[in-house]
Amino acid sequence: MTTTSPSRHIYLDYNATSPLDPRVLDAMLPFLRERFGNAASRSHSFGWEAEEAVKIARQHVADLLGADSKEIIFTSGATESDNLAVKGAVEMLAKKGKHVVTCVTEHKAIIDTCKYLESKGLAEVTWLEVDKHGLVTPEQVAAALRDDTVLITLMTANNEIGTIHPIKEIGALANEKGVWFHTDATQAVAKIPFDVNDLNVDMASLSAHKIYGPKGVGALYVRRRNPRVRLSPQMHGGGHERGMRSGTLNVPGIVGLGEACRIAKEDFDKDQAHYKALRDRLERSIRGALDHVELNGDEEHRLPTTFNVSFAYVEGESLIMGIPEVAVSSGSACTSASLEPSYVLRALGVGDDLAHSSIRFSVGRFSTEQEVDDAADTVIRTVRKLRDMSPLYEMAQEGIDLSSVNWNAH
Amino acid sequence: MAYSDKVLDHYENPRNVGSLDKNDKHVGTGIVGAPECGDVMKLQIKVNDKGVIEDAKFKTFGCGSAIASSSLATEWVKGKTVDEALGIKNTDIVEELSLPPVKIHCSVLAEDAIRAALSDYREKNGAPAEKKES
Repeated sequence: MTTTSPSRHIYLDYNATSPLDPRVLDAMLPFLRERFGNAASRSHSFGWEAEEAVKIARQHVADLLGADSKEIIFTSGATESDNLAVKGAVEMLAKKGKHVVTCVTEHKAIIDTCKYLESKGLAEVTWLEVDKHGLVTPEQVAAALRDDTVLITLMTANNEIGTIHPIKEIGALANEKGVWFHTDATQAVAKIPFDVNDLNVDMASLSAHKIYGPKGVGALYVRRRNPRVRLSPQMHGGGHERGMRSGTLNVPGIVGLGEACRIAKEDFDKDQAHYKALRDRLERSIRGALDHVELNGDEEHRLPTTFNVSFAYVEGESLIMGIPEVAVSSGSACTSASLEPSYVLRALGVGDDLAHSSIRFSVGRFSTEQEVDDAADTVIRTVRKLRDMSPLYEMAQEGIDLSSVNWNAH
Repeated sequence: MAYSDKVLDHYENPRNVGSLDKNDKHVGTGIVGAPECGDVMKLQIKVNDKGVIEDAKFKTFGCGSAIASSSLATEWVKGKTVDEALGIKNTDIVEELSLPPVKIHCSVLAEDAIRAALSDYREKNGAPAEKKES
């Protein structure tokens, strides 16, 4: 099947990535054309111009996070930011200890980084479990801390289910115990209030392409005071970014990230109201029309953009196949490269059957009421059609407890 | 995921969706797979007095390829005798639907569903469950 552009496509996968805001593109274009200078060139106006643009962008990023511009390190994206934060901190604090606390529902950029450090003997990692809504409590974190704990890393909001951890309380705890606290805030910034001082965060990762900026650029916030966080560089070279991240600065990308942050701050209230209104509208339509619909995540502590739901008795890939005009993600194994259903849903204790039936809807700045209504109609129609051909739905209607059936599994 | 036109056609217009009376002695029912594996197929056949499968129905929980495989299986068993239906192989389904390697298990499940339904019918009618099976 070719993917020629159909008459209309409804994009409801903003947690995966977002389109560029036209204002961001406008800000970037001069730096892809005539203003191409290297920000590290000190001997001519091309360099000065680029350096000035980076300085302004850095200020915009800092303003969005409530940080000082000197605390912003530009990277290639949140994965690099996570790697730099975790590896850089563990390496820097190796003499103090090597215990790291994290959680099983983190993004792979954290999970795989921690596993790497474990495998090299550089860290001992405590993997906190989550409750059925995907939450970790400050008490769990407190109980996991040891004398040799050097780092806590916990995402602010989960990409799949949108659950928001109690970051402020965990940050206060880390601060009190003198443990550095990193948060992957990729999904949270520009979606919920995120201020590094209010939340007691020492490091925070973010990515431009989740907030209407370009792909391939992100940032790491690194606190300069109380505590002064210093990281071992993971990329060696010309000593850019306070020596923590060498490499010629991606000036157009950084300008784009800066502009995306400026707009996010300026439009914050409007955006947030828009996200919540549309997400709630979608959720109401779907939950109102269909039975056996299970929310994955926390009803209350949840990103305003995100609605992750399992349609019992319907398999996720077949559902996605029935709604080709709606772009969403599924926790079904069939839609991922691995053959396992979502590890995040599994961690919540969602059964593999319901994990196979899950769909993540995420709305964004350019979503419209019409799109959300059309998507809900299509989804409802398709779920009904698939349930009509689902032996599981039929058995459930007959009152058979599916968990009691002795399945002839492969 | 790219689907072949035939898979899309069966998904859009599934043949023989529904249920037959599982208590009818002329009906054989096969249910294979498991919800936690992401596929469950129910395939039913109705055999007339001449030993010919005169009707077949299916219901499937699974991906598009699983739905297409079971839909195709119902089409193929109709009009065949019980013995002839046993000759349907998963590789025939793979070929007909151009299933990619990762979806071969869908065709295996469809073949299993046919066999399970035939076996159920034979048991109900006092015949040995399956004569070709080693």
